[in-house]
Amino acid sequence: MKSSRAAQEPRWVRYALLTVGLGFLFFFLALPLVAVFAEALAQGVPIYLEALKEPETRSAIGLTVVIALAVLPFNIVFGVAAAWAIAKFDFRGKSLLITLIDLPFAVSPVVAGLVFILLFGAQGTFGPWLSDNDIKIIFAVPGMIIATLFITFPFIARELIPLMQAQGKEEEEAAVSLGASGWQMFRRVTLPNIKWGLLYGVILSNARAMGEFGAVSVVSGHIRGETNTLPLHVEILYNEYNAIGAFAAASILALLALVTLFAKTIVEWRMKKETDMLNTVLAPEKT
Amino acid sequence: MATKTHRVLPGFGLALGYTLVYLSILILLPLGGMVLKASELGLVQIMDIALGERSLAAFRVTFGASLLAAAVNAFFGLIVAWILVRYSFPGKRFVDALVDLPFALPTAVAGITLATLYAGNGWLGKYIEPLGVKIAYTPSGIVVALIFITLPFVVRTLQPVIEDIEMEVEEAAATLGASRWQTFSRVIFPSIFPALLTGFALAFSRALGEYGSVIFIAGNLPLISEITPLLIISKLEQYDVLGATALAVVMLGLSFMLLLAVNMLQWWTANRHKNNEPLEVTAAKAAGGLS
Repeated sequence: MKSSRAAQEPRWVRYALLTVGLGFLFFFLALPLVAVFAEALAQGVPIYLEALKEPETRSAIGLTVVIALAVLPFNIVFGVAAAWAIAKFDFRGKSLLITLIDLPFAVSPVVAGLVFILLFGAQGTFGPWLSDNDIKIIFAVPGMIIATLFITFPFIARELIPLMQAQGKEEEEAAVSLGASGWQMFRRVTLPNIKWGLLYGVILSNARAMGEFGAVSVVSGHIRGETNTLPLHVEILYNEYNAIGAFAAASILALLALVTLFAKTIVEWRMKKETDMLNTVLAPEKT
Repeated sequence: MATKTHRVLPGFGLALGYTLVYLSILILLPLGGMVLKASELGLVQIMDIALGERSLAAFRVTFGASLLAAAVNAFFGLIVAWILVRYSFPGKRFVDALVDLPFALPTAVAGITLATLYAGNGWLGKYIEPLGVKIAYTPSGIVVALIFITLPFVVRTLQPVIEDIEMEVEEAAATLGASRWQTFSRVIFPSIFPALLTGFALAFSRALGEYGSVIFIAGNLPLISEITPLLIISKLEQYDVLGATALAVVMLGLSFMLLLAVNMLQWWTANRHKNNEPLEVTAAKAAGGLS
């Protein structure tokens, strides 16, 4: 970036801002990240690995993966459908709809969990009917999946709406007028255009699904080996003063966070490259 | 009225229909059900519960800590966004990616880690506590956890807006004789202020509902360091479902109002960008103080 000296801060101001900004990030971000692994490895690698082998930790990892996989298809279908309707068509109440899609971001996870207790809990609206038919939702895996669906609801739609709005609808219209069926148009034109945005949304919603604590905690009932996800297991171990076990489990989640950040950066880079390419292709037309 | 245009693209009915049905079943009806449940109590009783000694203290702690954390992040977030956009330094890409860590790191992990760091024998606590400041297991701990959790909001809302500032305006202001500080306070700051406020509101609204990271570091003493989401859970565990619902509805109302405020702020930001005043006017405004 070129900039003249006039539009720049004096050197000492620049150094001061860099020191304050990076110092803030060091104490509030870098240090906690390092501390997770330092605490997990505090008594050496063998004890760390031993802690990870504990059967309850393993079943918690398993359940975390199951829940994340279960919510994924729902979030993808909703995200694509909502973005298609909102980005490609005009209708009344569109901005209200966008606000409502954002609603789960604004609701406390604890409230999100409570909402489903009121519906499916023993004293809830559907409670008696569920127990008559011997269906367990609250304090069982289905309830945890539903709460996670609520929490991760906006992620993919929010990524796709601005992307598809920016892409416009000319390409799809061309495909349709050339005789493509709806499905062909979607698979050959829309999907290739949105694949990186979709992947980006999937990465974000997956990180949230695997890491969710509050909402899942309310509906889980904390049954060991049955309704414990990895974040909930971290809490149990920590409250039992099993610091190594808690931080060993936490280190897996921290690794997941690092993988998420890495994948996210790669996808951002790919998306930027594609828009840059598009801009250079289109540039001669504009002039 | 809308001109009747022929829709070329297929799937509008299906996509919108599915969106509305899914949104209603998963989000709107459950939330509506909760409001209905709370209405069994009536407004007076809801207010009685929400304004009870313990609830009121919890609201005070939750609001106070959230405001403080959002304010801290507004200040440092502005600096971080500025250095990430304008300055170059080694490892900048890495630092930029790291800013999203609080979005990616599960809240429970953040909670136990911060509690361990700031405890009396922790890496930071052992230097801070001899100074007579206790952070872990006090209301200050809540603020620290909320600063961590909401750190990305201000930075990420400001970054694109700072990138969009046209250097010419700043150069023009400087040419007209404005000092760097005048240029910042009269040209740059007003143009990024709506985004700063949006980031602040987003951080505040996220902080209000936060649970996972806070409970490990707060100490959770009723009346002192108990946050509202935790009070909802403890009411639930004592089978006081109506009491929990009353508090949850109050929280939901507040969140919804904040969400509307954020949307209006974003609309304001977008509109400001559309009708930017001419360069000369902005530049002259900055230099104006001199004459």
